This record gives sequence, structure tokens and C-alpha cells, in this order.
Amino acid sequence: MDAVTFRGVSRHFGPVKAVDEVDLAIRDGEFFAMLGPSGSGKTTCLRLVAGFEQPTAGHIEIFGERAEGVPPYLRNVNTVFQSYALFPHMNVLDNVGFGLRVKGVGRAERHRAAREALELVELGGYGDRRAGELSGGQRQRVALARALVNKPRVLLLDEPLGALDLKLREQMQEELRTLQRSLGLTFVFVTHDQDEALSMADRVAVFAEGRVQQIGTPEEIYRRPASRFVADFVGSSNVIPADVAGVGPAGQWASLRPEDIVLDPAGRPATVTARAFHGRYTRLALDLDGQPLTALVPPHAEAPDPGTATRVSWDAARAHLLGAA
Amino acid sequence: MHSDARAPLALRLAAFGGLIFLLAPIALIFVYAFTTEETSYQWPPPGLTTKWLAVTVGRPDVWQALGLSLKVAAISTTIALVLGTLAAAAVSRSRFFGRETISLLVILPIALPGIITGISLRSAFSLLEIPFSTWTIVLGHATFCIVIVYNNAVARFRRTSGALIDAAMDLGADGLQTFTLVILPNIGTALLAGGMLAFALSFDEVIVTTFTAGQQTTLPIWMLEELVRPRQRPVTNVVAMAVVLVTFLPILAAYYLTRDGEHTAGAEK
Amino acid sequence: MTQAAPLSATARDPAPAIFAPRGGLLPRLIDWILRHPRMFVFLMVLPITLWLGIVYVGSLIALLIQSFFSIDEFSGLVVREFTLKTYGELLRPYNFDIILRTVLMASSVTVASAILAFPIAYFAARYARGRWKAVFYLGIMLPLWSSYLVKVYAWKLVLAKEGILTWLFAKLHLTWLLEAVLAVPVIGGNSLSVSYLGTFIVFTYIWLPYMILPVQASLERVPATLIEAAADLGATPRQNFRLVILPLALPGVVAGSIFTFSLTLGDYIIPQIIGSSRLFIGQAVYTQQGTAGNIPLAAAFTVVPIVIMGIYLWSARRMGAFDAL
Repeated sequence: MDAVTFRGVSRHFGPVKAVDEVDLAIRDGEFFAMLGPSGSGKTTCLRLVAGFEQPTAGHIEIFGERAEGVPPYLRNVNTVFQSYALFPHMNVLDNVGFGLRVKGVGRAERHRAAREALELVELGGYGDRRAGELSGGQRQRVALARALVNKPRVLLLDEPLGALDLKLREQMQEELRTLQRSLGLTFVFVTHDQDEALSMADRVAVFAEGRVQQIGTPEEIYRRPASRFVADFVGSSNVIPADVAGVGPAGQWASLRPEDIVLDPAGRPATVTARAFHGRYTRLALDLDGQPLTALVPPHAEAPDPGTATRVSWDAARAHLLGAA
Repeated sequence: MHSDARAPLALRLAAFGGLIFLLAPIALIFVYAFTTEETSYQWPPPGLTTKWLAVTVGRPDVWQALGLSLKVAAISTTIALVLGTLAAAAVSRSRFFGRETISLLVILPIALPGIITGISLRSAFSLLEIPFSTWTIVLGHATFCIVIVYNNAVARFRRTSGALIDAAMDLGADGLQTFTLVILPNIGTALLAGGMLAFALSFDEVIVTTFTAGQQTTLPIWMLEELVRPRQRPVTNVVAMAVVLVTFLPILAAYYLTRDGEHTAGAEK
Repeated sequence: MTQAAPLSATARDPAPAIFAPRGGLLPRLIDWILRHPRMFVFLMVLPITLWLGIVYVGSLIALLIQSFFSIDEFSGLVVREFTLKTYGELLRPYNFDIILRTVLMASSVTVASAILAFPIAYFAARYARGRWKAVFYLGIMLPLWSSYLVKVYAWKLVLAKEGILTWLFAKLHLTWLLEAVLAVPVIGGNSLSVSYLGTFIVFTYIWLPYMILPVQASLERVPATLIEAAADLGATPRQNFRLVILPLALPGVVAGSIFTFSLTLGDYIIPQIIGSSRLFIGQAVYTQQGTAGNIPLAAAFTVVPIVIMGIYLWSARRMGAFDAL
């Protein structure tokens, strides 16, 4: 049985279609990412699952049970909020045990479960602290523990890593992934960072303007973007006429990733218009017979100076013919 | 705006001078409460004595007025707490038709001169044929006590993240549990501060009360009568001193309770 | 993270995805209200709207309507016919004098308050720190919240012929100055406590905190970076004050002046206790509606400050003074 199903779900706010006829099926035990720019509807979809919004059309099922009209506190679904939303007037232990307390679990039992959850997120012993005394990363772990202690069927995460610095974010990404695998729990993760979505998820749904553009594994989304939007949003891409790319007739478009373009003495002539060294790679802006291209070449390659002529080529198999933009 | 430099001398003199100007007359009251001179406001006081404290305690009219003031203040504050908090919750949490009107309506009682409020209420009472009583006084006081509570509550509601309510519900708390376990603890101190300020305001109120009190005498009305027709000046001095002490303490407490927020209680008078 | 055997028990032993609704009358009532947010808002706002809207505003309107009635001179009864005769009475020299007197007093009190308040507010906003900030805050709050009558009474003590002020002037051998001031026509008198000068001093004193607070608030809102930027662009401290700080503080001054002006216009107690026997608007209203029984005239008098304040507020709003409130 699928963990979460959306059938023709729409959420309108007056004339604004925040979510527009979305169909999805999130599998049990899957790490599912909802990716898109702000205002694309991904957060609204998350809130629809949590119960903070009700659909204006279509319906949602959670493990086969219809969720219409069911308020958030009657759903066995928990959320890790973007702002963490830790209760400032309680200490960490009481925060984590809150969900158990409101269900009537006795103090001894909920303190035990809360401590266990804190151990799980490697914050054992932090029970007496207050939310204000913790760092961003620690607060995030407390929010996670607070959600997990209730043993929800689905865990929702609303851009939880946004406020963390780069190193901490990468560390948390790994830890969340490992945690999800060991628990076997369905995670639904909302983010605007495509790096995050690609590295953590089993499957990704790309959102734009309230609609789902594509659902697939990270490789599928990256290598075979269904539309121009997905090609542009997930990684950067050269969207060029299909005949130039060599994968289709003129009039159609193809997506060619910058890292797939290589400097090739036997390749096609092009002029370098700009060059920037980024450490891990060098970005080159090229002009191929009037067609602008961006290429990423390894740092050791001899990247020509701007203004000089060079030759480039690519494997046509790497270019992907796009469907309707 | 903050500057780490030292203020110019002229500014410092003017500022501290102004502060002394503000506080000196009140300090004088304390001195006059102990003077031996009975019939005039002679300075410097010919001698100091504590006997007037005992005389004041022995005056029944003082106690009666005090009792009425306390009773009215307590009731008005309670009404203001309930109505003001409800309105503040509605206005700060949701958009609804007439929201701006409510905000404006709530400000009216303190925006308009007290005499207008007083006369309006008085003519309303006579029109509705409500006789003057403690309740008419309470109605007048509650009207502007609501504003004080409302201001404090709105400021705190605005600071409370809406995500906290979402989080509580997400974790399984229904409406009642969310209110008692999450909302109330967060706005509690603001309500306490608002309530204490409302109490102080009601205790001191005289302008509207003269219109709505009929024959009854609250402490400020007692004082007004003494001002116009002095009976025992030293007793008035003692009562004045006591009033300063009684009203200052809630203000101090309200300040400490709301110090951490942007809105410090008392600034909206 | 540590392996989580207990939590992953969810996979083997699934809890329901959606819980059954809970019992209890009060919780269900509250949930019904939450599910119908408009009803919720309506109920919360209803009591206050009834109270203020109907009782307060209603009686206000009733009062204003009265100003369009007139009083029959012979019977002393109110004639309920629309007429502007009562407003015409306001233009009679005796009544018009009252209005003029009050407006002049209000204006001079406002100017004096502004001049006295500014140094205090400026110092408190810009230079006061730590302990001194608290001293200034409490030093302004104490007079603000002290009993109005106590403050008036205090000044009666100070201004009395035998009181501290006369004693001070005598000690400084400046009695001749005091007598010269009191000899000035119109504003002088037998002693300070029965002269306009005395009334003016007391009004200024009592409303001073109402002027200090908005000015301080608007000064505090001036970011230090703005002053630094001006200095960086070459402004001397004096120019900085005149061109940057003062204009930004002006809305606060205007906001404070709204208080001082409006409060003076309507006050009937201070002129009664400290001042000559000539009436101000507040006293006129009080006597007309009291012993004279001339409600229409009282109402007409009340309209005067309302109209004046209306014009004042409208022009203040155009200056943006309401941001400082």
C-alpha cells in the first residue's frame, strides 16, 4: 500500500492556484523529496498531508485511509518545521515528550521515550536545556526527536536544513538519510535545493506553479528532464536546438549538461567568451556559431583564455530531447 | 540611534534637569505627608511628624472610598482581561471583514478626551434609565481598561509564532490542549502586565468617573473634593503619598514582566 | 546515529494512520469553532463590538445629535428640532472667548512640552545605557502612571503663596522677578496658583511624559548606521542633527503633540484647581450639562475639540506621524 496518495488534488486560495491537480503516490518506506522554487506548491502539498490545509478538489489518502476533514492532531503524521517551532516555555525533554503528553501517556513513560528519542538524534543528556540555549543544529535535532518519538507513519520535513551552514547541512543530510534507512519510515522532504533533493531522495517530484512537472529517481530527473523547466531547475543546463545537439530535428529542444561538454581538439570550433575558476571545476562561456553554451571542465584541463578559439564536443547520447517545455 | 560617545554637557544638563523636574513634585508629596503644619502649604515644613498616618487610618470616609476604588478596579480589570484578550486574538490572528474597524473602535476611548467619554456614557445611562451605581462606574472604567489589555495582548500575540500552534496540533494536541499548554503560557505574562496596568488606570481614574458615579465616592473623587474644599490637608497628603506607592508597584512589576519583548508595558498610555 | 529498534517496530506492527476522534464536550465544541474560523472570529469579537460599537459609539452619536437641537430659553427644555442656533451661540463673545482661551493654552502647552521633552527623549534614546536607561525609563513611567490628581495636588503645594517656589525665589533674592511676572496682564495674577501661568505650568508638567515617549520611540527607530552614513558623507554633528535626526524625530513630536493638544482641549479639572475663574472648554461643557441643563450647548462645545483634533489628526497623518504611535 502506498503511504500517501494524491488524486487530482487542488488547493485554491481565491483565484490563486497554489496546488493545481496534483497526482502522486509516495511509497511506504520511501525517502520522497518535493523540489521546486518558492511558490511552486510543494510546501502547500506538505501542509495538505499534515492537515493544516484542506484540498479544494480531489482527495488525499494516508495508508489507504481518507484524510478529508481530519484535523492534524488526529493524523498519525508528524512534521519537522522549517523554523523548528520548539516551545519556548518548556525544556527539551518536555518539548520532545509533548506529543505523548497530549495523548495521555504517563510522565515516567514519556520521559523514558523522550530520552530514547534524544539518544537517537545524539542529544542524550540535553533534556534539561531550554530551546533558547541550543544552537541551530541542535534545535533541528530536537525537532526531529519530538516528531519521531510519536512513531508516526509518515514524517514530513519542511525545508529543515535551510538555516544551517554548509558543513552542518551536509552532515545532517547524511544523518537523515541513514536514519531513514534504519527506521524504514516514510520521509517526505520539501526543499528548494536541488543538490539536497538529488543526494538524499529515493524519488523526487519537481514542482512548478502548483503542478508536478516530473516524478522520478534523481538520475532520471537529472539525465532525462521531462521539460525545459526541470532541465533548468535541476542543475544547470544548456537548452539548445535539438539539431545542434544532434538528437533530433530543428524546432525541438534538447538539454545538454555543461559537464558533458569536453575540450576536444577534434571537435567543433567555438570561441571562449568568459572563464571562471571555481576550484572543483572551471566554468567556460562559449560561443558556438552564435549559440551560447556553458561548459564545466575539470580544473586540470587547459582552459583557454577568453577571446581565444577552441574546439569542443559532446556525446550525443548524453543530450536529452525535451518534451513540451 | 545608539551612540557610544559621551553626550554633550548641555544635553546632559537638560536631560537630567528635565527628569528632576518630572520627579521633584512627587517627591515633595512625601515630605508634606509628615509636616506638622495643618492649615497651609508652608515651606519649609516647621516640623516633621508621623501622627498624620494614624489620623488618616482613622478616617472612615477614606476607607470607604478606597474600598470602592479597589472593587471597581478589580471588576473592570477582569472584564477587560476577557474581552480584550478575545479581541486581540481575533485581530492579530486572522483577517476578517471589519478588522480595521475593530482596531479603530478599541482606540476611541483613549483617543477622545475623557470628558466626551464621560458625557456620552452619562447620557446613555439616563436614556436607558440605568440608575447610577457601582456598575455604572465599572462600565465606564472597563471601556478603557479593555484598550490597555488589548494593546498588551496584541503585541504579544504578534510575537508568538503561529508555527507553535501548528506544531502543537501536529503533535496531537486538540484545540483545548493547544490553548492551555501552548498559547496560555506564552501570553500569560503579557496578560498579567496588561491587567496590572488596567488596574492602576482604573484606580486612578477621575475624569470619566465624575460623570458615571452618581453619589458614590471613589478615592480619586474623594481627593478631588479635598482639592476643591480642603478639610484636613495633611490627611490628603498622606493619602496622596499612599496612592503614589500603590500605583507605582504594579507599573514596576509590569515593566519587569514585559521587559524582554519589543513592547514594554506602559508605553501605550 | 544509533540503531533504532523500538521505533522501527512501526514497520512490523502498524499503528493506524488516522486516529479516531476524541470525546468530551468542551474539546469537541472548541474543535467545531476552529473548523469554522469565521464563527470563531465572530464570537471573539462580538462582545467588544456590542459594548464599544453600540453603547459607546451610540451614546457618542446621541450626544452629537443633541448639538443640533436647542434649548428653549423660557422653559429650559430641549427642543428636538434641527437647528444651527446652538452652534451660533458658540460665536457669542463670551463663549468664543472660552474656545480661544483653550486653544491658545493648548498650543502653548504643546510647544513648551516639545521643547522640554526633546532633550530628555534625545538623551534617553541616544546616550543612556544600562542602568541609566532603566533610570530614565522608570523616571518617565513613574510620573506618567502616578495619579493625575496627586500630580495636580503636588503643584498646588508647589505654587501656593507660602509654598516652596516662593521660598526658592526668596532664597535666590529673585522675588522681584516673580512679582514682575505675576504683574503681567492676562497671564499673571495674585499668585501662581490662580493665574494662567500656573495653569500653563501644570498642564505642561502633566502632559510632558506623553510627549517624551513618542519622541523617544521615533528617535530610537533612527538606525545608528544612518547617522554614520551622514557623517561619512561629510556632515558635521550639527548638520547631522539638523538634517538627519530632527526630521526623523518630527513624526514623534507630532504624535506627542496630538496627545498634549487633545488632552488640554478637553480637560476641566486642572483649570478649576489651578487657574483663574475664567472657563475653559472642558469646564464649559461640565457646567452646561450639569447645573445649566443646557445639553445642546454642552454638546456643541464638545464638538469643537473633536473638530479641531480631526483637522489636526488629518494633517498629522499626512506627515506620517502615526508610525510613531
